Amino acid sequence: MAVTGSAGWAFARKLRLIRAKINLGQPVDRQDRSGERWATMARVALGQSKMGAKPLPALLHLLVYVGFVLINIEVLEMLVDGIAGTHRFFQPYLGSVYTAALHFFEVLAFLVLAACVVFLTRRFVSRVPRLQHPDLAGFPQKDATTILVVEVVLMGALLLMNAAEAALPGGTTYVISGFLVPLLSGLSESSLHAVVTGAWWFHWIGILAFLNYLPYSKHFHIVLAFPNTYYSKLTPKGQLDSMPSVTHEVKAMLDPSYAPPAGDAPARFGAKDVVDLHWVNLLNAFTCTECGRCTEACPANQTGKKLSPRRIMMATRDRLESYHPEDGLSLLDHGISREELWACTTCNACTEACPIGIDPLDIIVQMRQYIVMEESGAPHGLNAMMTNLENNGAPWPFAQADKGRWAQELN
Amino acid sequence: MGDTLTIRTVAEFAAAGELPEVVFWTGCAGSFDDRAKKITKAFARLLHKSGVSFAILGSEEGCTGDPAKRAGNEFLFQMQALQNIEVLNAYGIQSLVTACPHCFNTLKNEYPALGGHYSVKHHTQFLQELLQSGRLRVEGGKFEGKKIVYHDPCYLGRANGEYEAPRAVLAALEGEMLEMKRSRKNGLCCGAGGAQMFKEPEPGRQDINVARTEEALALQPDIIATGCPFCNTMLTDGTKHFHQEGKVEVLDVAELIARANDLV
Repeated sequence: MAVTGSAGWAFARKLRLIRAKINLGQPVDRQDRSGERWATMARVALGQSKMGAKPLPALLHLLVYVGFVLINIEVLEMLVDGIAGTHRFFQPYLGSVYTAALHFFEVLAFLVLAACVVFLTRRFVSRVPRLQHPDLAGFPQKDATTILVVEVVLMGALLLMNAAEAALPGGTTYVISGFLVPLLSGLSESSLHAVVTGAWWFHWIGILAFLNYLPYSKHFHIVLAFPNTYYSKLTPKGQLDSMPSVTHEVKAMLDPSYAPPAGDAPARFGAKDVVDLHWVNLLNAFTCTECGRCTEACPANQTGKKLSPRRIMMATRDRLESYHPEDGLSLLDHGISREELWACTTCNACTEACPIGIDPLDIIVQMRQYIVMEESGAPHGLNAMMTNLENNGAPWPFAQADKGRWAQELN
Repeated sequence: MGDTLTIRTVAEFAAAGELPEVVFWTGCAGSFDDRAKKITKAFARLLHKSGVSFAILGSEEGCTGDPAKRAGNEFLFQMQALQNIEVLNAYGIQSLVTACPHCFNTLKNEYPALGGHYSVKHHTQFLQELLQSGRLRVEGGKFEGKKIVYHDPCYLGRANGEYEAPRAVLAALEGEMLEMKRSRKNGLCCGAGGAQMFKEPEPGRQDINVARTEEALALQPDIIATGCPFCNTMLTDGTKHFHQEGKVEVLDVAELIARANDLV
């Protein structure tokens, strides 16, 4: 109970820290259209609707997801047992239903275990390119491996516990752990009891440790996918938000009598650092599972450019986790290079590919806004285009007066 | 070839106390780029043939501001947008049609926040309606046996969810329609969007337009069809890269329908 309590406390504390980090972001209105938002969350997060684009990973992920959710019912019993000092608290009340449920949980545990083994195989044996990518060098790859290995070990402990119980006199043999029973045949009754208790504690402490590892890991998506899809962009993918502060300035330029509302000017235009981004961008960064579907779909990345939308999200998260206003660092140049930002075609392949509604494009555009509006730092070709736009109302050096000339060439 | 065609401006309509059924927003590429002008002319002829009362803004049409906005210059974008909105609203324009998905996206999605509320259609949507209502007809046969592959422009497809209208229009040609493996929501960009059209690409292994053209050419089509002047440029350059420009034509949906009607 003390172990559980302190683990719960540590998890809650870390959650508050992450919430505070996300709240460093600028405001953005995503409170509208709540019906649609709930529906999106139900469809995309709960219903996994966007996973189907890749059927094999979708199936494996579904197994782990369903396994995780349902086996937690058994974990609930472990919690009750742990607190009340009972063993298999629900068993007397449920009888044969309990037995059936345990058979079912064992099948699930086995499927989760098998899926994790396939996941590890994809990562390290068949080496799926997006899972063996320079983006993942160092901690991210270790993180992914840790998660999969821990899941395998936890499921193994659960099955071992049931097997040891089955080997005890009068024990029930379940569908999967039954295969493990012969392995324990040489053990004495007291050793078997020790295995049951040991596996119980191992599983339970493992769960608590994993819970506390989550917020440091990409695996936190199992929690944040829900708010992330809820607050995801509902407007057409092609629509970039308007900047009202700019509208006031432009209106004042076009009409000297226009009086902009006071106190509306932002600290800076666009985003140089994570705190210039809006909070949904930051929520996106904590939610990213680093699956790399965005990068795999990105035309710039496919053709060998430096841009990787996944890395945009990872760099944003890394910077946010270590953010300090006075450290002289910023997301731009220290986390994300200009070369990456300018390689984007804004084609939305990344946002389409993301299974949980993350929007790397929004971050790219805001950082371009900073470079252009605060530093006039656009690449040469774009500066020429913008000069033409300013002078002629067209991106090329043609006079606007000639814009209808094609109509005279018709006949 | 089509009849003699006089295109009126919105100002001329207004002077006569009239309002056109729709304003054809030509866009910068459609007005100034020699290749894209052919698309503009083909679509204008189709509108005329269909009996649509339409006007252009001519010298009163500025750039929508799309390339400035995607390049990060919100000031320049809004300068363009607010001036265009002032013109459109002064004439009381309600309906726009454009052959450029970038203009389409900006006018439809980004002008409302700045006070410009219009019904905006992409020309493939407009053509689909004309075909459905019977105002425009396409005689099949001319494209019989021709293999046509359609490339989805990002700003029509993923950006605005329109995948079917251009395909429905092309189906009227009764050619052999092909699909690239990556199409509709998985379509690969031509490489022009996000203001890339106006700058050199970043260093890499390959240009995006070459990658996309390679996918299209792998199907051995006679025609690569698209609905965007920038995709058209990029894919045409791609066919040149593979020395296929004499064998494979890159054509806009409107050009194909105009050709079927002997208008071009």
